Formats: sequence, C-alpha cells, structure tokens
Amino acid sequence: RGVRFVSGEVGRIEKVLIANRGEIACRVMRTAKKMGVRSVAVYSDADRDSMHVAMQSYLSMEKVLEVAKKSGSHAVHPGYGFLSENTEFAEACKQEGIIFIGPPSSAIRDMGIKSTSKYIMSAAGVPIIGGYHGEDQSNERLQAEAAQIGFPVMIKAVRGGGGKLESARREARKSFNDDVMLVEKFVEDPRHVEVQVFGDMHGNVVYLFERDCSVQRRHQKIIEEAPGVRRKLGEAAVKAAKAVNYVGAGTVEFIMDAQHNFYFMEMNTRLQVEHPVSEMITGTDLVEWQLRVAAGERLPLLQDDIILRGHSFEARIYAEDPNNDFLPGAGPLLHLSTPAADQHTRIETGVREGDEVSAHYDPMIAKLVVWGEDRSAALKKLRYCLRQYNIVGLNTNIDFLLSLSGHPEFEAGNVTTSFIPQYYADLFPAPRAPSGETICQAALGLVLQERRHTQEFVQASSDPFSPFGSSSGWRSNIQYNRNMTLQLGDKKVEVVVGYSKDGSYTMQLGEEVYHVTGEVELEGGASFLHCSVNGVKSRPKLVILDSTVHLFSTEGSAQVSVPVPKYLAAVSGAGAQGGAVAPMTGTIEKVMVKAGDTVAVGDALMVMNAMKMEHTIRAPKAGVIKRVFFSEGSQANRHAPLIELEEEEEVEEGSSQ
Amino acid sequence: WFYRCRSLPLACTRSYYAETVSRLGSQQDTQSSEYQENYERMKVLVDELKSRTEKVKLGGGEKARRLHTSRGKLLPRERIDRLLDPGTPFLEFSQFAAYELYGKEEVPAGGILTGIGRVSGVECVIVANDATVKGGTYFPVTVKKHLRAQEIAQQNNLPCIYLVDSGGANLPRQAEVFPDRDHFGRIFYNQARLSSEGISQIAVVMGSCTAGGAYVPAMADESIIVRKQGTIFLGGPPLVKAATGEEVSAEDLGGADLHCKKSGVTDHYALDDNHALHLARKAVRNLNYRKKLDVTTEPVEAPLYPADELYGIVGANLKRNFDVREVIARVVDGSKFDEFKAFYGDTLVTGFSRIFGYPVGIIGNNGVLFSESAKKGTHFIELCCQRNIPLIFLQNITGFMVGREYEAGGIAKDGAKMVTAVACANVPKITVLIGGSYGAGNYGMCGRAYSPRFLYMWPNSRISVMGGEQAATVLATITKDQRAREGKEFTAEQEAAMKKPIVERFEAEGSPYFSSARLWDDGIIDPADTRLVLGLSLSAALNAPTKKTRFGVFRM
Repeated sequence: RGVRFVSGEVGRIEKVLIANRGEIACRVMRTAKKMGVRSVAVYSDADRDSMHVAMQSYLSMEKVLEVAKKSGSHAVHPGYGFLSENTEFAEACKQEGIIFIGPPSSAIRDMGIKSTSKYIMSAAGVPIIGGYHGEDQSNERLQAEAAQIGFPVMIKAVRGGGGKLESARREARKSFNDDVMLVEKFVEDPRHVEVQVFGDMHGNVVYLFERDCSVQRRHQKIIEEAPGVRRKLGEAAVKAAKAVNYVGAGTVEFIMDAQHNFYFMEMNTRLQVEHPVSEMITGTDLVEWQLRVAAGERLPLLQDDIILRGHSFEARIYAEDPNNDFLPGAGPLLHLSTPAADQHTRIETGVREGDEVSAHYDPMIAKLVVWGEDRSAALKKLRYCLRQYNIVGLNTNIDFLLSLSGHPEFEAGNVTTSFIPQYYADLFPAPRAPSGETICQAALGLVLQERRHTQEFVQASSDPFSPFGSSSGWRSNIQYNRNMTLQLGDKKVEVVVGYSKDGSYTMQLGEEVYHVTGEVELEGGASFLHCSVNGVKSRPKLVILDSTVHLFSTEGSAQVSVPVPKYLAAVSGAGAQGGAVAPMTGTIEKVMVKAGDTVAVGDALMVMNAMKMEHTIRAPKAGVIKRVFFSEGSQANRHAPLIELEEEEEVEEGSSQ
Repeated sequence: WFYRCRSLPLACTRSYYAETVSRLGSQQDTQSSEYQENYERMKVLVDELKSRTEKVKLGGGEKARRLHTSRGKLLPRERIDRLLDPGTPFLEFSQFAAYELYGKEEVPAGGILTGIGRVSGVECVIVANDATVKGGTYFPVTVKKHLRAQEIAQQNNLPCIYLVDSGGANLPRQAEVFPDRDHFGRIFYNQARLSSEGISQIAVVMGSCTAGGAYVPAMADESIIVRKQGTIFLGGPPLVKAATGEEVSAEDLGGADLHCKKSGVTDHYALDDNHALHLARKAVRNLNYRKKLDVTTEPVEAPLYPADELYGIVGANLKRNFDVREVIARVVDGSKFDEFKAFYGDTLVTGFSRIFGYPVGIIGNNGVLFSESAKKGTHFIELCCQRNIPLIFLQNITGFMVGREYEAGGIAKDGAKMVTAVACANVPKITVLIGGSYGAGNYGMCGRAYSPRFLYMWPNSRISVMGGEQAATVLATITKDQRAREGKEFTAEQEAAMKKPIVERFEAEGSPYFSSARLWDDGIIDPADTRLVLGLSLSAALNAPTKKTRFGVFRM
C-alpha cells in the first residue's frame, strides 16, 4: 500500500529521511515500511551500534540536508526533539525542495515563542492564564508584574524551559541564545492535559481527544493516558491550531486546576513521545497521517469519523535511579526481556539486549503502551506488562512505575503534576529486605547454574556418564551441607544448603529451615526458575549475570549476589576494593586529587559531567591515593574505577595472582 | 543421543526387541514378615552407621573446631567441599579409621580425611589433615590411611592434592609411626615415586608442616601456602631455640612470605584458605590431564527396583540365604545381567553387566564354593581380563566345601586356580562384602590381600578366618580331645564357658567397624549406596591405563 495521490497538488514521498534516533526512528520506519515508503536513517558517532541503524549530531541542519539530498529523499521526518521544532530547518528544507514533515515554519515560530502564542490564543478565544509577556525584560519590571498577577507565579524562558529567574535566564541563553522571559500565574497542583490535533493543507483540523500527562518527575512525563478529563478541550485545541493555520500533527497543552478550569499553556508543533496513547484509543496511525498530510493529502478522517474507544496508558521506561533523585543512568542492557507485543500492547523501543544506553541523549529505554476497554482494564494490563519488563545492567524506573501505577490515588485517577512529591512516602517505601523465600530462590538459582556448568563440561568430556559428573552433592553416610554466603545489599547472609537424596534441598537461614525444589525452564529465550519453597510454587524469571542473581516475579524484582572473594577482588582491579567508581558514563570535568594524596571519607575526588549534570565523586573510604585512572576531559564508562587507594597491607606483591 | 553415539567411542545399545527383555530380579513381597524383619534389622544397622559417621564428621569436637575456625581457617571437610567442583560427589574412604582403636583416645577418622573427587573436572585423590584431631598429628593409623590414599592414587593413576595442616608424627607413638617401611617416611617415598610415574603431587600448606611434615610441600610438584597460617620448617621455634638459642617466630621461620619470596619452597602465595583452594583448582587445570577410557560406555539406566529393597532381601542374619541375583538386580544398569554358565557351578553367579554405563563382570556368591564354582569363576576372570572388563566381587562366602569327597575331587587345586586368577587379574577389581567373608573364600573372592582397587563393607557383613561358632567348636573339640588324653573331664558347662568368649571375640573382631578401624577395608557403606559407590570407584579406577594380565601356572 503506497501513498495515495489524490490531486495534482499532492507531492511525492517515496523516500523519507529520518533525522532522529532510538525508538521514534524505529517507529517512523515501521509506518514508512507499511506504506511502501523507503526510509533513510542517520546516526551520530555516539550511536553507531544502536538498533535503528548501525554525523556529528542530529542537530546539524547542514549535515541532515546534505544526506537528504545525497540519498534522494523527498521528505525529512524530524521525530521529536532535535530539529523537530526548528523554524530555520523547516525553512531550509523548503528552500532545498524537501518536504519537512511538520507544520509550516510560521506555525512553529508563532507557537515557539510563548508570548506570541499566548497573544494569538487569547485573540482566538482560547482561555489563557494571566501573565506578563512584555518587552521590558528588566528584573525589576518582571518582579513588579509578578506582584500584580499575584503570587505564586512562574517564570519561564519565552523559548522553553522554566525555573528560577537567574538560572532560567542562563539556561535559556545557553540553549537558545535568547533570554527573553515571561511571568505567569502559577496554578497549584494542576493537571497537565493536552490535546492531539491534526491539520491538513486543505484547512481541515481535527482533534484526537486528550491525554493526561500530569505525573512528572524532573519536569518530564513518565506516565501518560488517554483520554483525559473530558471538557471542551478538543474544540479549544482545534481553535488554537486553526489560529496558526496549523498543518500536521500537533499538541495543544493545557493546565487544568482542581475545578477543571483549563488554560492554554503552549502548543508543541511536532509528533510527541506520547502520541501512541491517542492512536490506541482512536485506531489511527499518526505517522501515516503525517506522511499523507505532508504529501498534500486530505486528513483520512474528519472529526465525526474519529471514534473514541477504550483507554490507553503509556509508561516511559527510563535508565535512571528513582531512589537517587531519578539520576539518569547509562550502561549496557545486559539482560532485556519484554512482555510480548500484541494488538493491545506496544513496545516502542530503539534498543536490544546487549546495547548500550548512551549517556549522550535522553535515557529513555522504551515506551510501553497498552490499551483496555476501560481505564481500570488498561491499568491492570499496564501493571501486568510492567512486571514482565525486566532489565539488568542498569537502574531503571520499572519498579517505581509499578508502585506509581499501583497507588490508590493513581488508580482513582486523581493525578496532578505534584503527584510524586505529594505521595513520596508511599511511592518510595523503605527498601524491604528480600524474604527468606526469595533468598532460597536465589540460592537455588545459583546451585542449578552450577549444575548446568557441570553438565556442560561432562557432556563435552570423553566420560559423559561418570557419577562424578553428577551434582548430587553425595557424601558417604553423611548429609552434605554446604555453607553459602550471599550478599543482600550491604548485608551478608549465610545459607546452609543441604543436598537431599531425592534431589531436593534444605536451606537454613538462621533458625528458619526451608524445603526447596526446582528446575530452570527456558522459554522464549528467558530462563524461569520453576520452584517450590516450603510447598509454595512460583516461577520467577531468573537472570544470573556475573555474580548476581536477579529474580523477577509478580511480587517485584530482587537481587542477590555472591560476594566477590577477596582474592578475585584484588585481581579485578581497584574498582570493587575501596576505590571510587564512575556512577554512570560521562566525562571527567575536574580531577581534584593526585597519587600520594591522603583523603578522608567523603572528600571530593573528581567532578564528572554526565547527562548534562555534574556529579561529584567522593572518597568511599579514607586512605592514600595510589593511582588516578582518568585525566580531565576523558570519558569514563559506568562502574569504571576512577581512583585506586593503597591497600592497608602490602600483601599483594607476593601473590601469584 | 545418536549424535553422541557417532562422536564418542560408545557401544550403542541396539534396541532390538530380544535385547530389551533380559532383565534380572523379581518383585519383592514387601509385606512378608521375613522381608519386614530383614528390612528393620538392616535399617537399624544403617541408622547406626549414619549416626556414627555424623559424629566422626565433627572431628576433634566443638572446642577444637571453634578454635580452628577462630583463626580464619576452614574446617577440613569444608576445605574439601570448596576444592571440589561445586556440588559434585566425594567418595570418602575409611571414615572409621582408628574407631575405638586407641582406648580412651578418640582419633575420629584417624585425624585425616581421604577420598576421591573431581577438581576442575579431574578425578583426584585428596588427603586432608584434620588439625582439630590431636593437632593433625600422625597416629599409626593416620600413617596407614595416608599411605593407602597414595596407593589408591598409584593404582588408579590419580593426581594427589594434600591439604596439609599437621603437627607431624605423634611423638608418644613414634615407635609405631617412624621406623618401619610402611611408616611416616613412606609418604615422601611415595610422593617421589608417584611423581616419577607422572602422577601429579600438589600440596596446599594451610597450617603447620613441621619436621618430616615439611617434606610434603617440599616433595610436591607444585605447592601453595596460606599467609599467616601455613608454616614449613624442619625444626620449629622451640627446637631452634634449644639448638642454637635463636629466638624466631613461626611466621618468620617458615611462613608464606619466607617460602614464596626467599626460600622458594612454595610456589604460590594465598591470602586465605579460599584463595589457596582456588589456586589448587587452577593448578589441576594446568595439569593438562585428560582421562582416557579404555572401555566402551553406554547411556546409564537406573535399576528396575528400589535400592533400599536390599535391606529387606539381605537383612542382618548371615545364616539366612538370599539370592545374590536380587542384589545384582538392584545395583546394575537397567537390572540387565547377561549371566555366564548359569547352570554350572551355580553356587557362584557370574555375568556381564554395566554400572553407570561402564562394563563390569560380576562375581557373586550363592553358597559355598565347590570345584565347579571355582573353575567357573576362574574361566570368567580369564574372560574379563582378556576383554579388559573390570571385575566386581560381591562377597558372601563361608568358604570352600570341605569333606573327603571334595578333597579327593581336588577342591584345593580348583580353589587355587581361582585364587591364582584373582591374584593375577590386572583389570580393576572392586570388592564389596555383602555378608560373611570367611576363610579361603575371602581369597578367592578378592579379599584385601588380593589388592582390589577398592574394598567396601556393608554394615551387616563379617570378616574372619572362620565363623565364631565354628572356631569355638574347633577349639572346644581340640581341648576336649586333649583333656580326654589326660583323662580329665570336660563338662558341658566348661565347654560352654570356654566357647562363649571365643564366640564373642570373633563376633567383635569380625565386625566391619573393627575392620575399618584398622584399615582392612576402604569404608563401610550403606547397601542402598552400593551402585553409586561402585560407579564412582569404577570411574576413578578407569583413569589408569589398561595393564595386560599374565596368569601364573594353573594347577590342572
């Protein structure tokens, strides 16, 4: 099925260049393929190995256009972020005769400048929030205006971002080379509700219902749903789009107060990250619409034809540490298994197992999109799928998403932008030590892994049937009890594993004795520990990497490690043995110490820049610096040892290791 | 499975119908009073065996164990566990060495643990001193057990790993451990000879190695020492002080730093016990050793009947007969047994079978040995030697038949044929005493004197030159005749009084514990473990290359 060309003014899009990366690049390619449109991918050096293919940066207009011309692409799809809302780029495309898949540059400009957009919206009869968007940008004037609007107020850069006045100015100058600020009334505990709109070149504009994106952290959305709170938002959004002669996919964002009064905030002139929830409830493919509309076609559906059906959620899976202020992370996806995709479950991702999540870009690993007949069915499905989304190798927000989506207030739909701080205590319960049953499962996983290793050796040997190759733990006339030490966080636990004659195990943890049996089952590339602990059967997913056992079950995930013996720790480098390690992949900005320096616990050693944030690396223990592994400006991978401390005793020299 | 058949030198089972039906053994009537009584009595013996072993397992007792572990040292059994490939079996020998042997002095397991287990995939003999027992010093039986382990290594071509933690010879008993051929010095003689045969000698010094003991690591091919725990010196600090007046600490005199950096007595420096065992495992990996099987193997099949039925079949009453075929049926693969000469000399059962896929020729007793049985046994041993099939002897034998008719029939020379065959057979021989072992029957059925690679006893078994009753009767008869010559009376009461202590003594000395304490065997085993113990023993034995058998002159 190709692009339908219905009139002479319809352009030809047979090849599209995707000027983006990760999941959205994959997403656009999928629709392009479906429509018989060839696609060209670009990649940056930092992304050579990622899934969407194998240029300096996606922000370089010249390079993108150059590739578009060389490859004979008729159109450029900018995805979101990067060049998607860049007026100059849209203009440049036009000049080069390449279709920019997005709205006219005038619409981008009008909506990109907040003061202008508010003015236009106000004139078109869209409710806006009180504020100052004036030319006088002196700090004094802004302060006076703020006082007049009435506190609390919000100060924002006209061209994006928000925050405190001075820092917002600095950010804005840095990012946009423009520090014009606006002041707005601050709505307490608002909801963030947005409307998906779509316009064509023939003057048609439709809305595809609302999305509620209230739950945010670090001013970024984490969970979105559609539809949102029903109000006359759709009509208002269409009005907004028409006011700027909008063409293509756009999102009109509103904030909504507790009384469901809504105010226009801004319009995003691109396809948004969370567009799939709108697709799910309307049965549409918005990328297909984009391509058709860009080619000059009419909208496939007019307003009356767009039927709302069911409810959809999107959860964004991030490489970040929710317990550490959502610090973004990077690193290898050592293990990745996802729920199975189907008609009602979409997994939008640009990474595979073994890929590295790069510290250079957004740490979003994937979007999990689900659909259900109603909100509660969709939410149930979301939670069901999140439990099957298992990642090892870096911290993710999956467990946090589970506790978030399981919160009673979330279930009741009572969400606001301050949801996370409001229910912080509920969402971050004190870490629970793994239960005895979980420890038994981990110990069983380790014992069974050893058994598999032994079997592999035995099968490959010339003596495959020798009973010495069994893993029965048989001892003459005595029961074999094996002392196993496991590491739970910073606590060590002793487990006495008894090998019984019938192939089962007894596991003693302190005073408790458990009777454990089980086997590892392989299914769809993942391992499951089919086991019974004191007669209670379970089947958690089992991932053993290095010396750590990861168990994923409907109860959540657990990690149990085997402590690295001292002699191996000495071999594997200074990292694990008292030295400092990089918390994430990043660039070393500053080195404060040198070999021979004496440091105390907590002394700053280095400053790292990763994910546009500075991280100070501190001494984990007191000692004398033996070696510094990185110099300023160099790149350190996650968990790379940064500093080696002198051993208290000089014993390693004599070791043959 | 077929893939494996092509890639490995296996004799594939041809599953033609006729070959699937030759199974041995019969369903037992487990409800019969005889079965139940047998079962109960054997169960009592097995339970006693296990509870006694659990006690032996504790070594030198709670206090000594606490002291040992408080120094950061692992207990000897845990050392072995961590040396072995994790979770794999350990075939331990002579757990009852020194059992009730030294009066009030208890020396559990003889103060030394020996056995065979896989280390980095290689079957090795492991010898570990138990320093919780009398400081790991060598009692006479300790020496005997150490030497036996080396003999096993020599016969079966198994690398040796010595986990040394011993104060050396037990000084009060020096006369019984030092001067003779098979005393302390033989340990180092063996190390040299074994090494010369290409059997690797690895020592891990995890405690003291004083005086003679210093030669264990010094004579080893490769040695490892644990810092701050292992010490090696010819004379300890007290002796040095006495001899030269020099005052020196044990660590400075012979610790890891000295021996790894200056003297070169040891090759590898370990931070602790775990490290040392890890290094020992690496040393084995670097042996470049590969087990080469000279026999065919077949996929393993479990016996058709549960092993614990042996309790109900055999029981504890040696006077009660049982069919040895029922025992074989609960030991061999798939209970399959191709009997040889089934209708000839039927007091001896012979036939071919497999245990854990390894071929075996089994010889079991079904009564007293007659000339025919002895000749059949000889023939069968010849077959096994010609075909390189290991021999399993299941001993339950009162002896060769006596009486004029049999002497005249030449039972002595027929018995001698079997003894010659057994003595000369170079295939691996493994003996299990499943009942009585009396007189020349013990010889013909490969008793300890015939150097089986391994010899195990069931807890119900008895070993002596003849039964206690018979011996008492023989002695009473001689006394009675003597008294009669002297014209003295020998009353029934006197006869009973004379017989009683003899019967008791034979009973006590014939016990497997009495035997095991003196290392007349390699251990007492649970009958239900027989199949596994034989499988492990065969696996170990097949490390040694085949040696051709040359029989001596058979008297015809």
